[in-house]
Amino acid sequence: MEQENFSQRRARLIELQRRRGGKERDVPKRRPAKAVFGKCPQCGAVTPKSTLVRALYVCPSCGYHHPIGAYLRLSMLLDSHSFRELDEKLVAPNVLDFPGYDDKRKAARRSTGLNEAVVTARGKIDSRTVICAVLDSQFMMGSMGVAVGEKITRAAEYAVRTGYPLILFSASGGARMQEGILSLMQMAKTSAALARLSQAGGLYISVFTHPTTGGVTASFASLGDYTLAEPGALIGFAGPRVIEQTIGQKLPDGFQRAEFLLEHGFVDQIVPRARLRETISRLLRLHEKGGVRRG
Amino acid sequence: MAEYTAAQRVALARHAGRPGTADYICALFTDFFECRGDRQCKEDESILGGVALYHGRPVTVVGHRKGKNLTENLKCNFGMPGPEGYRKAQRLFRQAEKFDRPVITFIDTPGAYPGLEAEARGQGEAIASCLALLSGLNVPVVAVVTGEGGSGGALALAVANRVILLENAVYSVLSPEGFASILWKDSSRSAEAAEVMKLTAPDLLRLGVADAVVPEPEGGAHLDPEAVFSAVDREIARQLARVEREGRFAQNRYEKFRRIGL
Repeated sequence: MEQENFSQRRARLIELQRRRGGKERDVPKRRPAKAVFGKCPQCGAVTPKSTLVRALYVCPSCGYHHPIGAYLRLSMLLDSHSFRELDEKLVAPNVLDFPGYDDKRKAARRSTGLNEAVVTARGKIDSRTVICAVLDSQFMMGSMGVAVGEKITRAAEYAVRTGYPLILFSASGGARMQEGILSLMQMAKTSAALARLSQAGGLYISVFTHPTTGGVTASFASLGDYTLAEPGALIGFAGPRVIEQTIGQKLPDGFQRAEFLLEHGFVDQIVPRARLRETISRLLRLHEKGGVRRG
Repeated sequence: MAEYTAAQRVALARHAGRPGTADYICALFTDFFECRGDRQCKEDESILGGVALYHGRPVTVVGHRKGKNLTENLKCNFGMPGPEGYRKAQRLFRQAEKFDRPVITFIDTPGAYPGLEAEARGQGEAIASCLALLSGLNVPVVAVVTGEGGSGGALALAVANRVILLENAVYSVLSPEGFASILWKDSSRSAEAAEVMKLTAPDLLRLGVADAVVPEPEGGAHLDPEAVFSAVDREIARQLARVEREGRFAQNRYEKFRRIGL
């Protein structure tokens, strides 16, 4: 049988409903056009998806940077065909036997197509080889458990071995609760690996994207030689809700946003998404020839 | 060991009479010289640290301080440091490396303070830098979790060659209340959270997070502090001697944390 289209089906259902003595409004309306338009959570503007894609998922009316997935991020950053994923299959066991965790992870895997909340890769930016790690906030809030910590640590160790620069995009709610204390230990592990990279003279560029909080802010994300942030990104240690509950008052506008961190001296530059690739490329160029020889 | 539920241990770990960092410094060390201030903007009393003699040899000692009464509690912000406290700690860690003396830390904090000023001054950066610095420190580091080991604020002082826990101390990714509130949107289910979080000393020993557990007297450390002091002293001395025998302090510490959870 030939597939009937939406309006044909709707007309048929209305007819059926009428015969049963029901009203037209009981018939389902067209589903919200999720795939065609994107609504900006900041200003409410509705933008055709095609425009949004061309604008790199930045709202054309208010400049809100929509969180984007890890693969999309990498496709914006790396030269075409240079992407080689690292440790793609790495996952961690549910060591604490946390109830419901396996199902939750499975659901996240289904909905994102990712194995874990970070994608690490080797690739090229303007023909210079780099190692990248990109957290994906769509996978369990980009939270860091053993697998995320391990992949980031391996990426940093790979950077130590090869001398390639490391570029890391953060987007995370912090440590993953379901892996308990082991998640906390990933803060120490990743920070230790980055300290080694620094010791070895390796270049590490950290990019804060919306939102980055908790154990990720308090570990590898804050240890960059250079720290960039996307405009408006929420960046903090404690989440806004926790602070409000602790101090019992509303937080001022713009608190913990990228601009606030810039003002307080914790970010080198705020870079709009459209200029991130060229900015990173410039930093790589600036580190190409190893400056003064230490005497 | 006495059989307590996780929630009971949490209560014991938070007990107001439980010996704190200041007590351990008094009991285990001599000639303590307190160092104050982060050299940038502030003195944070929730971190207590300085130089002292441990069995006659100089060591750097740093720990969380909660205070013994309400006035002290307020001054110490109930043991919740701001970035200034962690920057003071970093200063002391660097000093320890410069003068080639071991670091001994005492952990007892609900967590780093979640406040306006703390955020504005870079709480995240301060903790991250502590972790990075401690991980590569070329002297022995021994940490003792004496009460509450709350989240990143505790870990910042606990990237150590050996982590010793008191029997009723707890160490976790977040307070049970915060955990219940995040996962179940209900902070009153903290007792249930404590059970599933695996935050007690025996659990942590099994997970490889703790290296040794010091038994406490029946009913908790506050009932017989003297016994606890000498037991903790023995364990620190034993672990410190082992760490020094093994050498390669930074390398071994790196490998220790590299292994956890895999």
